[in-house]
Amino acid sequence: MTTSRATTGEVARRLSTPIILLAGLLALTLLAAVRDDIVFERVITVMLINLVLVVGLQIFMGNSGLGSFGQYAFVTIGAYGSIWFSLTPQQKRVALPDMPRDWWLYEQHLPFWPSVLVGALIATVVGALIGIALVRLRGAAFMIATFAFLIVVNRVALQWSEVTRGSRTVIGIPKYTGLWTAFICAALAVVLAYAFKESSIGLKLRASREDEDAAASLGVDAPRIRWVAWVISVFFSGVGGALWAHFIQQFSPHNFYLAETFLIVSMLIIGGTGSVSGAVIGTVAVALASEQLRQIENWLNTQRTEGTWFGDLLPFQFVGFTEIVLAVAIILVLIIRPSGITGGRELSWPRRWSRRRQAMPSPADAPVKPS
Amino acid sequence: MTVPDFSELAQYLVSALSLGGLYALMALGLVIVYGILRLVNFAYGELVMVGGYGLLLFGDTPLPWIIVAILSIIAAVIAALLMERVAFRPVRNSSATTLLITSFAVSNLLQNIALLAISPRPRAPRLPDIFVKNVTVAGVQFKIVDLIALLVSLIALGALTVFLRRTVIGLALRAAADDFTMTRLLGIRANMVIAAAFAVSGFMAGIVAIFWVGSSGQTWPTVGLQPVLIAFIASVVGGMATLKGAVLGGYVLGFLTMGLQTWLPQGVNAYRDAVMFGIVILVLLIRPDGLIRPSYSRESR
Repeated sequence: MTTSRATTGEVARRLSTPIILLAGLLALTLLAAVRDDIVFERVITVMLINLVLVVGLQIFMGNSGLGSFGQYAFVTIGAYGSIWFSLTPQQKRVALPDMPRDWWLYEQHLPFWPSVLVGALIATVVGALIGIALVRLRGAAFMIATFAFLIVVNRVALQWSEVTRGSRTVIGIPKYTGLWTAFICAALAVVLAYAFKESSIGLKLRASREDEDAAASLGVDAPRIRWVAWVISVFFSGVGGALWAHFIQQFSPHNFYLAETFLIVSMLIIGGTGSVSGAVIGTVAVALASEQLRQIENWLNTQRTEGTWFGDLLPFQFVGFTEIVLAVAIILVLIIRPSGITGGRELSWPRRWSRRRQAMPSPADAPVKPS
Repeated sequence: MTVPDFSELAQYLVSALSLGGLYALMALGLVIVYGILRLVNFAYGELVMVGGYGLLLFGDTPLPWIIVAILSIIAAVIAALLMERVAFRPVRNSSATTLLITSFAVSNLLQNIALLAISPRPRAPRLPDIFVKNVTVAGVQFKIVDLIALLVSLIALGALTVFLRRTVIGLALRAAADDFTMTRLLGIRANMVIAAAFAVSGFMAGIVAIFWVGSSGQTWPTVGLQPVLIAFIASVVGGMATLKGAVLGGYVLGFLTMGLQTWLPQGVNAYRDAVMFGIVILVLLIRPDGLIRPSYSRESR
C-alpha cells in the first residue's frame, strides 16, 4: 500500500529485514548442526520452537498494542490436538489410556506434518471463536480475559482425561521435531509476521493501535482487524505447541501454564514488542543468556556438592537462579528501556547506504502530493 | 437433593461468611491499588507468601503467637512498600500492559527468591490449636477458625472504612481512586497516596496469609497464587472500579464456592475453577464494570 511510492532503495531496505533475521537464525542453526554438542543443539531447537510462539505473539501484541496472556491456552490445544492424530491407535493405548476405544478419534492416524497442521487448526478454530468476543475488549480487560481463558483451558485439560490423560504426563510420543523442522517453522513465522506487519491490514491495525478513533474515522474496522491478527497469532501458538509436543515427547497441562507464559512474554518485551526483529532478538538473547546462567548455576551447585573451598562459601543450593536473573532483567528493561532492546524498530540495511546511491529522500520525508 | 436441615444451613452460612470475608479482604488488597494505578498487581500473591514465611520465621522464636501474627502482617506491609518503591514507581506512568507485566516479573522474582533462599518444599509454621479445634454453639459444630476469620474480616473491613472516611490519607486515597490527576492537582502528593494504597494492600495480604496458611497448615513459594486468582475473580465480578465492588465480589464468591463445594457432585466440582474463570470472561464482556459500577464514568477504558 505504501510501497507504491517507494524507491528501489527503500524496497531493498525493507526486504533486508527478513533476510538479515533469517540469515542470523540460519547461522545459529548451522552452528548447532555442525557442532557435535547435543546440549547446544537442544538449546537451539527449543529456542526456535519458542521463536514460533514469540513471533506469533508479536503478530498480535505488536500490531494491536494489546497484551495477551492467553497464548499458552492455544499451545495446550495445539500440543494435544496434534498428538491425537500423530499417534497410532497402539501408541494411544499407552499415551492416552483413558480415551475410549470406540471413539472416532482413537482410530485416526496421520503423518507428522498433517498432524501439526490439524492440531494448529483446532487451536485456531477455538481461538477464532473466543476471539469474536475478546476483540471487543481493550486494555487491562483484554489481558484479564485472555489470562482467564488460559486458566479455563488449563483446568479443562487437567480434568478431561479422555483426551489429555488429566494431570498425569502423556508419555511415549515419537520424536518428530528436530533442529531443521523447528528452523523451517520459525523461518516461516518470521517471514509471515513481517509480511503481515507491512501489509495494508497490518498498517491499519498499527494505526488503530495509535489512535482507534482516528483510525475508525478513516474507515478502519479495528475489532475486525484485531480479530484477523488474533487468529494468525493463535495459529502459530498451535503450531508451536504441536512442535513442542513432538520434541519433548512427554508433557502434561502443567507444562503449559504461568511460568511458560511469563517466559515468552519476557522474550518479546525484552526484545521489543513493536517489531519482528524485537521478537527474534529477544528470543535469541533470552535463550542464550538462560543457557549460560543455567551452566553457571550447575557449576555453582557442583562446587557445593564436591565441597571445594569456594563451594563451602555458598549458603544454599542454587535453584531458580536463572528465573531470578530473567525477572530482574525484564524489570530493568521495562524501567530503563520500556520499548525493548530494538525500541520497536526493525533491523535493516542502514538507511545511509541506500541513500548515498539513490541521493533521494525516503518516501517518509517526501511531501505528500495528491494523486 | 434433600432439604438442608438447620445445623447444615448454619454451618454453611458461617463458613460462607468467613470465606467470603477472607475473599473480600483479598479482593480489597488488589482493588485499592488498581483503583489508583490501573495496576492489576499479580505480585499481590507474593505478599501473602511473605506473610506466610513471616509466620514461619517469627514462629521459631518464643514470642507469643499473636505477636508472631502481627509481625507477619508488618512484614507483608514492608514488602508491599518496597515493591512499590523499587519496581512500580519507575514504571508508574507506563501503559496498563507494562504495569501488568512488571507485576508478573516481580511475582516471579519473589517466588524464585523464596525457592532459592528457603525451600521449594512446603514448610509448616508453628500454629496455635485454634486452627484445628471445633466449638459447639447451640448444638451446631463450628470450626473456631471460621468464627475468628468471620470476626477478623468484619473488623478489618470496619477499620478500613473508618480509615478511608475519617482520616486525611483515607480521603486522599478515595479521591485518588476517583480521579488521580485531579487529586494531584489539588496538592496531594502522588507518592504518598500510592505508598498508602500499597501499605493497605500489604496489610490485607498479611491478614489473608494468616488464615490461608493457617487453614492449610503450610507455606511454600507459590502459596500466594490461589489467593491472587481468587482476589482477581472476586474483583472482576464485583467491579474493579470501586472498593464496595471488591467486598461484594468477595462475599458472592465465598457463598458460591461454599455452595458448590457443599452441594455439587464431586465430578462436576473438578471443573469449578474452569466455570469460575468462564464467568470472569462473561462478566468482562457483558458487564465490564462488574456488579457495582463507578458513580460516574471516568476516562474511557
